[in-house]
Amino acid sequence: MLHEPAVELGKDKSIPQKTRLGVVMFFIYMFVYMGFVVIGTMFPEALGVKFIGGQNLAFLYGMGLIVLAIVMGLIYNFLCTRLEDKLNKEEQS
Amino acid sequence: MIYQISSMAIIIFIFFVLTVLGLSFFFARKTKSASGYYAAGGQIHWAVNGIAFAGDYLSAASFLGICGMIAFFGYDGFLYSIGYLAGWVVALFLVAEPLKRLGKYTFADALDAKFNSRAIKLTAAISTLVVSIFYLIPQMVGAGALVTPLLGLPHWVGVMMVGAVVILIVATAGMTSTTYVQFIKGGLLIVFSLIVVILVLNKGIKLNPSADYHKPIVLAATLAEGRVQAVADSSYQVLGQHEESGLTFVKMTKAGIDSWWKLNSISSTPELEETLTVVETGDGRTLYNGEPKEAGKFYQVGHVNKIVVNGREVEETGPLGPFKFIKTLGTSEVVRFTKKAFTFAGDKITIYFQNITAGSDIIKPGLYYKLDKGSSIWSRLDFLSLMLALFLGTSALPHILIRYYTVPSQRAARKSTIVAISAIGFFYILTLFLGTGAMINGSLDLGSSNMSAPLLAKTFGITLFSIISAIAFATILGTVSGLIVASSGAVAHDLMDKYMKIKMTEKQKVKAGRIAAVGVGIVAIMLGIIFEKQNVSFLVGLAFAIAASANLPAILMLLFWKRTTAKGISWAIVVGMMTSLVLILLSPTLYELYGLPAASAPMPLKNPGIISIPLGFLTLVVVSLLTKKREASPALEK
Repeated sequence: MLHEPAVELGKDKSIPQKTRLGVVMFFIYMFVYMGFVVIGTMFPEALGVKFIGGQNLAFLYGMGLIVLAIVMGLIYNFLCTRLEDKLNKEEQS
Repeated sequence: MIYQISSMAIIIFIFFVLTVLGLSFFFARKTKSASGYYAAGGQIHWAVNGIAFAGDYLSAASFLGICGMIAFFGYDGFLYSIGYLAGWVVALFLVAEPLKRLGKYTFADALDAKFNSRAIKLTAAISTLVVSIFYLIPQMVGAGALVTPLLGLPHWVGVMMVGAVVILIVATAGMTSTTYVQFIKGGLLIVFSLIVVILVLNKGIKLNPSADYHKPIVLAATLAEGRVQAVADSSYQVLGQHEESGLTFVKMTKAGIDSWWKLNSISSTPELEETLTVVETGDGRTLYNGEPKEAGKFYQVGHVNKIVVNGREVEETGPLGPFKFIKTLGTSEVVRFTKKAFTFAGDKITIYFQNITAGSDIIKPGLYYKLDKGSSIWSRLDFLSLMLALFLGTSALPHILIRYYTVPSQRAARKSTIVAISAIGFFYILTLFLGTGAMINGSLDLGSSNMSAPLLAKTFGITLFSIISAIAFATILGTVSGLIVASSGAVAHDLMDKYMKIKMTEKQKVKAGRIAAVGVGIVAIMLGIIFEKQNVSFLVGLAFAIAASANLPAILMLLFWKRTTAKGISWAIVVGMMTSLVLILLSPTLYELYGLPAASAPMPLKNPGIISIPLGFLTLVVVSLLTKKREASPALEK
């Protein structure tokens, strides 16, 4: 019950597209992450400035980075699965 | 500090350890092949593997270390949560699937899939060993920290216990049992942490965290020429005075018990404020607040000094939502404790005194990694270095990498990574509330930041404390098992089988792995005892820096740069690993461990990542470019 059958029976034709997608999403996240690190290093006082709902930038940005990682992970999986289904189906037909 | 031992705690603890052992023996009977031992036969379901990832990852470092660091330094501890999770993004987007396509059992296999180079086999195996051992130290330290309050045993006994149980688990079962054990514990840890956070929010913020909380006493003092002559309570007698870093500490005695006080002379009436002290006397005794440890006078601390809600001061807030909790904390004042150490009349004195901190400083970085007030170029670089190491370290950790081989397909590898990110991300959000909850609810043991989260659970009852501690301990068992499987794989599979080409049957390979597991376990036990006092999350940060410096350049460039050569990979691993190790050995933290002043350390950075990671990448590129032509010919390779 816990062991699913292997899904890749033939060659996975979606590898180049998935790799490109992964690299693009990595750079998007890295850019946002670097924003946090740069603010912390260069403008640390900005992290204490209050924004939405009386919460400061440090709290909003930090929580945002965690939530963004989860959301981007789900989007990546959705897009990869769609690519695999589409391209490997075309290959079989 | 001394803890009360409860029979309930012991029963729950033994139940968890026996369950873990039972599971291991059950799966041990199924492990007959090398594939079963190192990679669970590649047949674990992605959802189980995802939570097992979380179980592996949410180890002592996350639960004990991060919560402890937040409890002592506020948001700076949460930086670890952010960085640890961000590291998973690199793992998911860049590493998970390609590595699954390349590998067999170990990280070295994956690196070597393209080149079949003996140098890669050797360097990757050594790097796996070094990173795993560095990651093992904090787990062992965490185990020792846990058994002290749980079972009333000394630190070294805890370390030995974990070592012995894990060696037994790994030497019998391997990756299948490790996976299922991690799955169960990862799940339980998240559920019970959520329960504690709900209780923290429901309690809200109170000036007096509990009925039996000991708030430090303040006495009015009389001064003459800058020296304290007498205090308001005549039962105290002044014995002496010491100046340290611009602060004045006063030694007094009452009924034969000596105590240290901090002089506050800012207001018109000078005051003496009670401190917590550990005194190592000249004749070899250690006294806690003037008495032996057993007297239980080294109180747990942590409270708020002022609560402000909507501009008005209140005594307690009542139940709060998570956003309101953080917002209220940000407008209040929290009492933290600062440590000072000095020698007085032949005694070694360590004093912890109150440091009233604005809540707004608690919920932004700067109390540990100095960024604005009192910052220097090195303290800012340290912050940068840590964030870089955490971001790039996760996807280079051998015990995380081997988990990609336990699932049947690339799709399963990807899905299990997403389950892991979601579970771990949710837990890391909880850490902020667990840490700050401990900070204001009298849950700080000033002798060990690692105990903050379990002690917070204790404020809600001994049962919850026992369950949380047993889960944390069991989680350490699982993480250590995973690390030891990775290390034994490096020794038996990469070094003995592939590098030395020792002919072994499947049975002998598993046996070699198990013997290697025992050896690595013993080394980990010894290091766990040596590093007792360090924050476990800080130690994990070092393991991340070594992994990111030694392994990540090799993995990423192999996957994304076509001109990478075998020599480039080997040299990058060697240079990344050696640089990070040497920089750690010369760092202020290790200098303190050697008993030398931190300021005298030749390397001003606590985390080496910012130097060693780019150096690893640079080495790979330069050596690959220099060796490209020679390696192009297979004949020359031989």
